[in-house]
Amino acid sequence: MNVTSVRSLAEAYGVLARKPPGLRVLAGGTDLMVQINARVGIEGIRHVLDIWRLGELRGITLASASGSGPSPAEPAPPLRDGMLRLGALTTYSELMRSPLVREKLPALALVSREVGAWAIQNRGTIGGNVCNASPAGDTLPLLIAADARFVLGGPRGERTVAADAFFVGYRKTAMDADELLLRVDVPVLGRLVYRKVGTRRAQSISKTLIAVRARAREGLLFDVRVGAGCVAPVPLRCRTAEAALEGKALDEAALAAARAGLDADIVPIDDVRSTAVYRRRVSGIVLERLVRSLSP
Amino acid sequence: MKLALTVNGQARGVDVPPLKRLLDVLREDLGLTGAKEGCGEGECGACSVVVDGQLVNSCLVPACQVEGSSVLTVEGIAPAGKLSPVQRAFVERGGAQCGICTPGMIVAAQCFVEARAAATDAAVREALAGNLCRCTGYQKIIESVQIAAAGDPGDAVARCGPVQMPPGAGP
Amino acid sequence: MKHLDEDSQGAVGRSPPRRDGAAKVTGRAKYLDDLTFPGQLWGRTVRSTVARGRIKSIEFDPAFDWTGIVRVTAADIPGENVVALIVDDQPCLAAGEIRHAEEPIALLAGDDRERLEEALRHVRVEVEALDPVLDPLASQKEFKKYRIEHHAEALPEAFAKAYRIVEGTYRVRHQEQMYIEPNAVAALPRPDGGVTIHGSLQCPFYVHRALQRLLKLDESQIAVIQTVTGGGFGGKEDYPSVIAGHAALLARKSGRPVKMVYKRDEDVAATTKRHPAVVKHRTAVAEDGTLLGCEIDIVMDGGAYCTLSPVVASRGVLHAGGPYRWPAARIDCRVVATNTPPNGAFRGFGVPQTMFAIEAHMERIAAELRLDPLELRRRNALDLGDVTPTGQELNWSVAAHEVLDAAVARSDWHRKREEYARPGDGGSKRRGIGISLAHHGAGFTGSGEVKLKARAGVELTERGCRVLAISTEIGQGTETIFAQMAADGLGVPVDAVEVGVPDTSRMPDSGPTVASRTCMVVGGTIASAARALQAALAGYAAERYAAKAQTVACRGGIFTAGDRALAPFEVVARQYLDERGPLRFIEQYTHPPGIEWNEESYRGDAYPCYAWAATVVEVEVDLDTCEVQVLRVTQACDVGRAIHPVLAAGQIEGGTVQALGYALLEEQFYKDGRVVNTRLQNYLIPTSLDAPPIDAVLVEDPYPHGPYGAKGLGELPMDGPAPAVLAAVLHATGALVPELPITPERLMERLR
Repeated sequence: MNVTSVRSLAEAYGVLARKPPGLRVLAGGTDLMVQINARVGIEGIRHVLDIWRLGELRGITLASASGSGPSPAEPAPPLRDGMLRLGALTTYSELMRSPLVREKLPALALVSREVGAWAIQNRGTIGGNVCNASPAGDTLPLLIAADARFVLGGPRGERTVAADAFFVGYRKTAMDADELLLRVDVPVLGRLVYRKVGTRRAQSISKTLIAVRARAREGLLFDVRVGAGCVAPVPLRCRTAEAALEGKALDEAALAAARAGLDADIVPIDDVRSTAVYRRRVSGIVLERLVRSLSP
Repeated sequence: MKLALTVNGQARGVDVPPLKRLLDVLREDLGLTGAKEGCGEGECGACSVVVDGQLVNSCLVPACQVEGSSVLTVEGIAPAGKLSPVQRAFVERGGAQCGICTPGMIVAAQCFVEARAAATDAAVREALAGNLCRCTGYQKIIESVQIAAAGDPGDAVARCGPVQMPPGAGP
Repeated sequence: MKHLDEDSQGAVGRSPPRRDGAAKVTGRAKYLDDLTFPGQLWGRTVRSTVARGRIKSIEFDPAFDWTGIVRVTAADIPGENVVALIVDDQPCLAAGEIRHAEEPIALLAGDDRERLEEALRHVRVEVEALDPVLDPLASQKEFKKYRIEHHAEALPEAFAKAYRIVEGTYRVRHQEQMYIEPNAVAALPRPDGGVTIHGSLQCPFYVHRALQRLLKLDESQIAVIQTVTGGGFGGKEDYPSVIAGHAALLARKSGRPVKMVYKRDEDVAATTKRHPAVVKHRTAVAEDGTLLGCEIDIVMDGGAYCTLSPVVASRGVLHAGGPYRWPAARIDCRVVATNTPPNGAFRGFGVPQTMFAIEAHMERIAAELRLDPLELRRRNALDLGDVTPTGQELNWSVAAHEVLDAAVARSDWHRKREEYARPGDGGSKRRGIGISLAHHGAGFTGSGEVKLKARAGVELTERGCRVLAISTEIGQGTETIFAQMAADGLGVPVDAVEVGVPDTSRMPDSGPTVASRTCMVVGGTIASAARALQAALAGYAAERYAAKAQTVACRGGIFTAGDRALAPFEVVARQYLDERGPLRFIEQYTHPPGIEWNEESYRGDAYPCYAWAATVVEVEVDLDTCEVQVLRVTQACDVGRAIHPVLAAGQIEGGTVQALGYALLEEQFYKDGRVVNTRLQNYLIPTSLDAPPIDAVLVEDPYPHGPYGAKGLGELPMDGPAPAVLAAVLHATGALVPELPITPERLMERLR
């Protein structure tokens, strides 16, 4: 394997422009180094692009409410309290400590605390979580529920892809081979809640993870989004569940419809961590609890 | 690739493949066998070291990412012949049994103690959740850290940032 | 609490810092992989990918450059192709038949690990696959069978007269020892044609014996030396004979030192695990809960080769009735073969399996008869003078009631039992508290210690003595407690005692470090030898210093005659060594008088004594997800006498968390006879957040024939927590989950 450690985005784009075959991007190493150590599926890796020192991909800022998407042609999401901009190399530890994240998107800080353990949190990045595109990625259902947008860049320019359009297949993203994830933009809107049901109390991969975002007004829920992890080949946006709740009051009928909707959306399987039956049942129960917690 | 880094306060230079694990650089090229391999995948923490003030699993850090970095291993926690308060507490309190997890545990515990966070049972357990132990059941490890945290922290060597979010933050 | 004649004025009963502590906390302690041997090669193993088959050919790809790579197959074995243990059924390298996945077939060595990894991919083994037997209940091949009968002729009447007959079937699965240091050895060829082995291991003489036969070497040509070992738990009891044999074959062929260090996934895939078991109980019970009679049937899965299965099954069957009085009993146990990697020793060695079953069954009995589970246990617990199902009369050191009292008091049992039973506030969390009672025989079963003839002792040094034993330090504190007992026996400070490195060429065979025997059997022998050494020196000092021999003793490092100080120990030792030369005392362990066991009829005194444990577990169950969080464990263990209270508590705490893993988290999945989850990421052991605070309570009901009253402790703490978890979950939810691990998935199934 060839390794190129880059110190600037321009340098990185230079590598990408050559479209080296078998290219993998290395950030904090908590995924790729595990794979390389285990010698699993590494025959295809020929070139490693080490981006750990790219300062341009670090930093957490809050864009104001009047800001818009990167391209005027793209419709800006409904901005109320601004847009949180998370550099792709933001680590879980940084998410946990960031006063901006803790204030504007505390769920993301909390889920970061449930990833791995201290040493993993210091090196694992939100960008790695997104680009790895595992259905078990802990931040992904939250980013989907929060209407996050992924800002991609490469030698051919920049573009933005909505989180719910980004995960196109099992561990497959909408990124081209010559693109990097630069930033995760998350509109600050309503409340985001989630629950991760893991295998043990630290260092655990989820059995199911449900995230719900909504704005509550006069007893009704709006802008409802439901994201789910580990219950499909991709981190899933659960539109049937959302539809059952959008604009509705939180009564037993709506909750029952939401659970039925979720049940229709998800396709859990049996694996070493859990069973389809368990995942299905628990996802529904967790969804109900989360939605109830959003009621004003 | 040629690598220049500081390890336990000493300038060191090695010539290693860029993806060589920091764990192996320490153990093979620098003769520092304190950090151990228990899993090779960042689960057990037996390879824990501090890089640029951050607790990390050295089995997951490639050499190309530590050029110019400052690394602290268990061998650097205290000067030769001495024990830091954390180390002394482990010895006196029974925090080490077979000892294979101990180097990583000591490094993580040192980071926690230096951060001066409240050493409640829950906070210590969370700080050490990435360091697996099969012998002690963790009880005496937690007690050792609490004792060390209650006393004089000794010299700061890890210079790690603050520990996890305190409980109660968030919705 | 009784007091014994031996007074311990010194180290025993105190908790001096463990002697290997400083080295371990500074990273100076060297484990096998930390060592480099000049000219060393790395060794790797070619293994079967199918569970059963016939080897048709082994081909080394001619297109690969094999220069510098050493290759070994069964044809290279100079002696017998066998891993000698109990029954000679396991080959060191498979030659014709494959009986399990990961079975070793060939070995490679080279100086470049990357190239070696590449070379492994260029060994082609052609195997004609055969249908494997994977279900132990379908197996036709039995390694061993036991039947214990106790007034069996009274069983029909017991069942006829019973107020209730309670039946239950309980299932436990594989458990991986998951020592944090995987198996590792180095084999160094010697000029005399022999070999020296350095390794992470528990039983150097097991390896020594196995290599004699494998390599056709004389015992003097082999030395096995234990390096600092990062955990064993039984997983390094017999398995090292396999890996050491492999390294030795490569060393012999190459003429160079060979290091074999398993990565985690190979270790989990290929090495021994705890025997799974299915245990059926049928019990006759009186209305007040008195146990009238039982029929117990146990089937254990031994995997493909016999290894230690007869002994695991033996211990399992001998404890299957639990710590209870049985007027009549019939207990059957068989351990059978399947085409899976052989199972072996893991702390508890059959008892965690059968104790889980009987204790789970006691909960079932309590529930069906609406009796209090604590009272049910108190009513039936063994007491002094009672007789076990093998006809052993318990003449000493029976502390079932004391440990129950201690655990109940410390855990606030009664209040919580009542509080948690009250209807909840409608929230999703329910708490429960459960209890178990367990016992564990100390030392080898039956005639084991008699056959072993363990030998250990001390030799005089200028400052004190050196302990001579092959017993290994694997974290439990062997070195430290040996030093304490030798120091007190000799009358010197504890740091005047050295403990010799376990090296078969220098140390007497004190037996394997297993079976909860190291303190009681070996420590006792060392203590006795140290007293003999003191007596010999006292006699010498009496002559030299004109004192009456009977009045001379050594205390705190000074020889005295009554009130008169004679000389410091060092002075007397120096004089002795100069004048008379070396002095050592090696003694052989013997059972106390009156211990009788009949191997054929399987009756008599199965163990010289038993240790007792009561465990209280408190849980909180989230009914939304059925996740079980253990809030607290109280385990009261009667250890006879705690030689080193901190180390003793450490055994209880460590065993408790391993048992909690067994109860809730740890599950090994197999597909077509191969282990699926071979990593720490997918075989889950408890983290510090999963482990609760543990209150380890030391109870001392001295065993009169143990050193200072001590009995065995290493395994006991593993026996109680899992059924106590079952009991707590039952209390919290009303569901009795009769199998381990009690995963949220299984609990949810039961609650639906």
